[in-house]
Amino acid sequence: MSDPPPCATRTMALWCPDWPLTAALREHSLDVDAPFVLTVKGEVFASSPTARQQGVRRGLRVREAQARCPGLTALAYDPILDRRHFEPVVATMETAMPGVQLLRPGLAAVTVKGPARFYGGEEKAAGILFQALGDIGLDDARIGIADGAFAAEQAARSTEDPGSSSIEPLCIIPPGASAWFLGTFPLDVLDQPKLAVLLRRLGITSLGDLAALDFSDVRNRFGLEGAIAHRQASGLDHRAPVARVPPPQLDIHLALEPPVSRIDHLAFAFRTSADLFVGGVRKAGFICTAVQIELRPETGEVSTQLWHHPRWFDADDVVDRVRWQLQGGANGAHTLTSAITGVTVTPTVVESLGEHADGLWGTGTDEDIHHGLSRAQGLLGHGAVLTGMVSGGRMLADRQIHIPWGDPPPKFPVSEISPPWPGCLPGPAPATVFAHAVPAFVQDTQGNSVEVDSRGSLTAAPAFFSIDAAGRRRSAVTSWAGPWPLNERWWDPKGRRLHRFQLVDESGAAWLLVLEEHHWRAEASYD
Amino acid sequence: MPALAKILPGGGLQAGGSYSAQDSTTLALALLAGPSVAGNWCSVVGVPGFSLEAAVEYGINLDRLVLVPYPEKHWLAVVSLLIDIVSVVLTRAPDHIAPADVARLKARLRKRGAVLLTLGSWQHSDSILRIAESEWGGLGSGTGHLRTRRMKITATHPSGRSRHSTLWLTDLHRKPWTTAVPTSEDQRILPTADKELAQKALWPRLVGS
Repeated sequence: MSDPPPCATRTMALWCPDWPLTAALREHSLDVDAPFVLTVKGEVFASSPTARQQGVRRGLRVREAQARCPGLTALAYDPILDRRHFEPVVATMETAMPGVQLLRPGLAAVTVKGPARFYGGEEKAAGILFQALGDIGLDDARIGIADGAFAAEQAARSTEDPGSSSIEPLCIIPPGASAWFLGTFPLDVLDQPKLAVLLRRLGITSLGDLAALDFSDVRNRFGLEGAIAHRQASGLDHRAPVARVPPPQLDIHLALEPPVSRIDHLAFAFRTSADLFVGGVRKAGFICTAVQIELRPETGEVSTQLWHHPRWFDADDVVDRVRWQLQGGANGAHTLTSAITGVTVTPTVVESLGEHADGLWGTGTDEDIHHGLSRAQGLLGHGAVLTGMVSGGRMLADRQIHIPWGDPPPKFPVSEISPPWPGCLPGPAPATVFAHAVPAFVQDTQGNSVEVDSRGSLTAAPAFFSIDAAGRRRSAVTSWAGPWPLNERWWDPKGRRLHRFQLVDESGAAWLLVLEEHHWRAEASYD
Repeated sequence: MPALAKILPGGGLQAGGSYSAQDSTTLALALLAGPSVAGNWCSVVGVPGFSLEAAVEYGINLDRLVLVPYPEKHWLAVVSLLIDIVSVVLTRAPDHIAPADVARLKARLRKRGAVLLTLGSWQHSDSILRIAESEWGGLGSGTGHLRTRRMKITATHPSGRSRHSTLWLTDLHRKPWTTAVPTSEDQRILPTADKELAQKALWPRLVGS
C-alpha cells in the first residue's frame, strides 16, 4: 500500500452539493432562504434546505410537500439549466488549471499533478481554486483529492458530514491510501444497482470486502462491470481525466455606443457583425438554421426572439431578422420608441456543413423560390408571406393554419383533422372563407329579423337575405337549411354559442351564415 | 375536366397568358388546380378569404402554394416578383392600374412563361370566365345541406366571342385531373393552329395528356 500504484492518476474532484438547486436559484433569482422544490412528473426531485427542515423529501408528491410546507414554491426541474449554469464554473476552473473534465453538472475532475507542482502543493492548488470560485460567487464548493476520479469524487462527497456543524470543504487522501479510505463505503456508491444486489447476497457489503477479492476472480465471475467496480474499490481507477475541448464561440455581441434609435442605422451598424457571425459559423464547419436574437433597449426590457430559416442563414438574412424583430410586425416605422444599446445573436440550431453542400449544378428551382420569397418578406415583413396547412376544428377559420414562410410547422400533429368534429360542415367546402365575418341581414316575409329562440327553433322561415347590414339590395331566399347549433367550449367564458345556416338566394349564390347573439354574419361564401 | 378546357382558348392555360374568373373563387380554384397537380409552384396574392380546405378538395398542393393575403400598396411589386419565381399567380384585380404597368406585367408574364389569374373583371385578360347560371342541389326549406352544384360557365374572349359549358361541381374536383382522356370531341374543337400552341403550353392541357 505504501507505493502509489502506477495506473491511478492523482485527481482533484470539484463537487457542488445540490447543484440543481443552485442552478435554479441563479436562473430564477430566488431568495436562498425561501423554501422551494424542483419537481419531476409531480414528485419532488430536489428541495432547498429550508424546505428540508420542514420535512420535504425527495420522492414526495408535490401536493403533500405543499401541505407540509405551506409557502413552498414548486419549479419544474430543467436539466439544461444545470448544464448552462455549470459552464461558467468550469470556465473559471480552466483559468486556474487546464485539462478539466466535466463529469456531470455539479461535478468536474482535473489531473492534480500539474497544478500541484505549479502552485507548490495539492492543498495550495485547492486553495487557489476555492479563491477563484469564490470570486464568481460560488462559496459552497467541495474538493476531494485522491487516486483516480472515483475516489476523488467520494472524498469530495465525504466532506458533507450531516453530524458536524462546521464543514471542512477540502479532503485530501494521501497517495496509495484510497483503498483504505474507500474500504468502509457501501456498495451503492458504485452506481451499479444490479451488481450491488448480487454482491450483497454473496455476503460482500462494503467496497473493502470487494477490494479484498482477487482481481482475476472478480473479472471471471462478474465480467467487465465487476472488473471496473473492483478497480474503483481498490483505488486503482484507471480513467484519467480527459480534458474537454472548449466549444467554439459562435455567438456574437454588438454593443452600440451611443445607442441607436433608427432601424436603418442599426441594420447598417450590424451588417459587419452579421458577416462575422456567419463567417464564424461557416469556419467552424457548420451552418445555422435557427438563431436567437436579443435586443437590449435603453429602457431595460430585453426583447428575445427565436428565428428559424427554411435553409440556412446568411448575413443578409440575419440583418433582416434583426430588422423584423425591431419592427415587431408594424411595417414602415423607422423610428424606435427606445434606442438600442446592444444586439446579441446566438446560433440555436447548427448543422454540419457537409450535409448541406450544394449539388454541382445548384439545387434548382426551390432555391429561386426561396430567394424570391425572402425578398418579398423583406418588402412586406416576415408575417406577410405565408404557407398554409389544413387543420381540425369546427369553425372554418380554425380549420386552416397560416405559417410565415420559413417558420417550422406547429408542433401538434396534422392528424387532428381526422377525428370526427361533431358540428363541422358537411358537403363541399366553401371557396371563400371571410377573414373577418361580414355583417348580413336575414328577414322573414314581414320584414322582421329572423331569430332563434332559447329552445333552438326559428321564429320564422327566412324569406329575404342581404349581405349589406343596412338591409339594402335584398334578394329572396330560394332554399335554406338550419339552424345547426354549435356550442364551442361551454366551460370557457371565451367559448362561442352560435347557430349556422346555409342559404341560397335567388341569384343562385350560396352562403354560410352564422347567427350569434342576435347578429347575422356571413362566415363563408360558396362563390 | 373537358368542360372547362373546351371553352378556354387553346384548350387550357397557356404559358404567359392571363385569365379572369369573374367573382368566382370556385373557378379560380379549378384553374389553379391543373398546374398545381402538375407540380408547379402557385401563389395567391391579395385574397385574404382564400379557403385552404377548398383548395385541397380541388387537388391543390399546399406544399407548393404561397399566400400573400395583404400586399396593400406593394401589390405590383409583389405580383411582378412572384411572376419571376412561380408558375401561376392568383390575385384580385386592382381597381386602378396604369396601362404602362399592365404592359410591363404582360411582357414579364410572357418572358417567364407564367400565368396570371385574376378574380374580378380585368379587361386585359385573354379570357374572362364567369358563372352565368348556378343551381344548387341538396338544400330544401330548412332541411338538407348543400351537396351538388350545376353551373353554366361562360368564357368571353377579348374579341367578344364567347363559349359556354355546363358542368357539375364534382367535375372540377380532384379525381378528373388524373384520369382525363382526350375524346374525339376535343380533337374537333381545337383548330390545327391552336393544337400547336397547346403543345407549347407549360404543362399538360387541362384536357388530355
